[in-house]
Amino acid sequence: MKKILKNEGVQAFVASIICILLGLLIGYIVLLFINPSGAGESIVNVIKNFFTWSRPQSQMKQLGNTLAKTMPLILCSLSILFSYKVGLFNIGCAGQYVAGACASLYAGLAWGWGWLPCMIFAIVAGALLGGITGLLKAYCNVNEVISGIMLNWIALYTSNTLLTNVKETASPYTLYLDKTNPGAILPTLGLDKLFNNNSNVTIAVPLTIVAAVVIWIILSKTKLGYELKATGNNRNAAKYAGMTQNRNIIMTIAISGALAGLGASLLYQTGYMRWECTQSSVPAMGFNGIAAAFLGGLHPLGAIFSSFFIQHITDGGQYVNTNFYSSQISDVISSVIIYLCSFVLFIKLTMKKMLAKSDEKKGAK
Amino acid sequence: MGETHASEYAIEMLHITKRFPGIIANDDITLQLRHGEIHALLGENGAGKSTLMSVLFGLYQAEEGTIKKDGKEVTINDPNDANDLGIGMVHQHFKLVECFTVLDNIIMGVEPVGAMGFLQKKQAREKVIALSEKYGLQVDPDAKIEDITVGMQQRTEILKMLYRENEILIFDEPTAVLTPQEIEELMKIMKNLAAEGKSILFISHKLAEIMAVADRCTVLRKGKYIGTVETKNTTMEELSAMMVGRNVNFHVEKGPANPGEVVLEVQHMTVASKVHNNNAVKDVSFKVRRGEIVCIAGIDGNGQSELVYGITGLEPLVSGSILLNGQDISKSSIRKRSTSGMSHIPEDRHKHGLVLDYPLDYNMVLQTYFKPSFTSKIGFLRKKNIQEYANRLIEEYDVRSGQGAITPARAMSGGNQQKAIIAREIDKGPEILVAVQPTRGLDVGAIESVHKNLVAQRDAGKAVLLISLELDEVMDVPDRILVMYEGEIVGQLDPKKTTQEELGLYMAGAKRDEVKDA
Repeated sequence: MKKILKNEGVQAFVASIICILLGLLIGYIVLLFINPSGAGESIVNVIKNFFTWSRPQSQMKQLGNTLAKTMPLILCSLSILFSYKVGLFNIGCAGQYVAGACASLYAGLAWGWGWLPCMIFAIVAGALLGGITGLLKAYCNVNEVISGIMLNWIALYTSNTLLTNVKETASPYTLYLDKTNPGAILPTLGLDKLFNNNSNVTIAVPLTIVAAVVIWIILSKTKLGYELKATGNNRNAAKYAGMTQNRNIIMTIAISGALAGLGASLLYQTGYMRWECTQSSVPAMGFNGIAAAFLGGLHPLGAIFSSFFIQHITDGGQYVNTNFYSSQISDVISSVIIYLCSFVLFIKLTMKKMLAKSDEKKGAK
Repeated sequence: MGETHASEYAIEMLHITKRFPGIIANDDITLQLRHGEIHALLGENGAGKSTLMSVLFGLYQAEEGTIKKDGKEVTINDPNDANDLGIGMVHQHFKLVECFTVLDNIIMGVEPVGAMGFLQKKQAREKVIALSEKYGLQVDPDAKIEDITVGMQQRTEILKMLYRENEILIFDEPTAVLTPQEIEELMKIMKNLAAEGKSILFISHKLAEIMAVADRCTVLRKGKYIGTVETKNTTMEELSAMMVGRNVNFHVEKGPANPGEVVLEVQHMTVASKVHNNNAVKDVSFKVRRGEIVCIAGIDGNGQSELVYGITGLEPLVSGSILLNGQDISKSSIRKRSTSGMSHIPEDRHKHGLVLDYPLDYNMVLQTYFKPSFTSKIGFLRKKNIQEYANRLIEEYDVRSGQGAITPARAMSGGNQQKAIIAREIDKGPEILVAVQPTRGLDVGAIESVHKNLVAQRDAGKAVLLISLELDEVMDVPDRILVMYEGEIVGQLDPKKTTQEELGLYMAGAKRDEVKDA
């Protein structure tokens, strides 16, 4: 038993599960405080998410929607963990995601581009914004967290300004992409049929899985991954070994940004969501990517499952009984759970300490 | 000793056992310190000396065993308890505030405070001056720490303990940073202190010093108590055998050198300092030839580190040039220098030498991972080749670790980490090997093997540049010594003809020659 617990992978998995349970427990306590009578039912609904619907068809349709939003979250968490492995905390992921959203929507709505060029444009936009953070870090030694946060706001307001050119006159939202330029909508490859004709389920799903596998391969099997991880673990040793640090830093955040940009394009190009040109906060997707990355044990394949779980919980929030709670409660519950998710490393550490202690005791006997 | 004591011993640590996950750091260790004696604590790195002292200081709690002061059992839960019992320590790295005066540092934490909270330094100063005269500890109470020599800094640390009226004084490797003259001075001071009734614990792995100053010596090996001996009844050979568990050859076996053509030539090199505005290396020129070991000697902090950074490319040059086999490499990248035949055993193996979270095999290819045998054309690592290569080096250089090639470097002992680095750098087949303190923190057995490797490089017709702070190493290993003082080369000596005393004069800046054609 103890031997199994000492395995790093098992530890990460157990820690993630503990985090999830803690999150649900505390969410439940919050509900109890606000109104005890609906708490039990509501927390169960959060976990059930689409199963709250009785008809299997509706269930599949709702699952499809969750999946559509899971893909960008997976890519954001890949973005976070990729730079994290290189010792960089890419909080600018949120802004790179915004840049991707803006690029894909603008190219699709204003210029009438096809889906693939739109997507590539979003990737380039995310990479460029990430590249700025990288350049600042490499050549001016500006902390990537500081410049990332600043660039998040710059990206948000630039996008708001640009996308105002393609918004509906009567609302703050951008035009419907599927009506304005159906060619920019991602192909479904027949996946929609599996989800009760939910056209939000698209090529995004296989593309995201491929991206996760590619990131995993880069990190674990290639020379590039070897260099990047060495730089992340010990910058001085990487320099001593003659690795070119500045190039590695810039490239890392640029790849990170490209992933976030791709994530945005995979959501906005389904037509499922439109951009609100008056929004004054950076979309949470990039930040949730942090929680998803840690909950997934900082492993690219773990990120797939953790992202799905987090999106599942977030969507489940809408099934909280609004007779008992105000409608914002869904955000409260899901954010409590997401918050707890980022305790994975802490729990892992505690587990290690406990194992060591019990070893020490055993040694004492 | 006129005083009477309740017990023969000032401090007794009886049957101390302290365990950490996976290892027993102290296994039933007994250490008894008599009143007024100098007691040496000898052991290799990892023998458990630091753990034992941490237990005495209350930083760790022992699982078993008792501590007695003057025959009475005491519990020490934190360093404050230790202080209350009169136990003081001079740490290897001094705990002094650089911009404070000597006096301020001595009274810090126990400042005499008068009415209204004003400091009353006058009586403190008188007490400090009285103490320094009594024990022959020369200091200038008003000098700032940053302006005084290392020797005086150490005397300040000793005065700190005396000012607090500590009875039990612990010296942790006190001679590592001193010149030979300062070491002699310190020995005298320690004997004075003991004669005045202070009890001294002297932690060291330098046998000659222990033989010179200590009355008794307790030896630890791998966490176990080996024994306590009277130094007048033992020999250095016996002590080292107790410490290592076998007989060790102190002397480096080597034939005469056959210097060939120049491999590395440094011309008028100047390197900036990261600490102060001055240049750390000033207009230094020298050559290293095939088949010889050249050693840069000097006290720590005289520009040796920056000299190495300049040669290996970790820092840019301010001026001057470096030739490797006649080619100017002074502007080349670190990678270019490495592939043109330079190997570098770095001063700090954790900072530069290893990626601690990588397994051993990944660390073994840190300088060569990009070569075709380890990386395929499209950029995939050839893990099988990397592991086979690592296994070969592990075998050849006797690198020991828990799980072989897949052991995380972090989980290996310091000595084996160093062996891994040495294996990697030598196996690269360098034209010039730059070895910076390659035996730092290693035990006697490991030092022997490192020295053998350096000599083997030389005998294979390669050039070796050794940078060392250890006097024995400086006298024993190289064919030529260059002494560095305040960023300049102040002397060129032949190790066969010079003495440690003469070397010390150069190192302290008391003697200097115009060195031409080094």
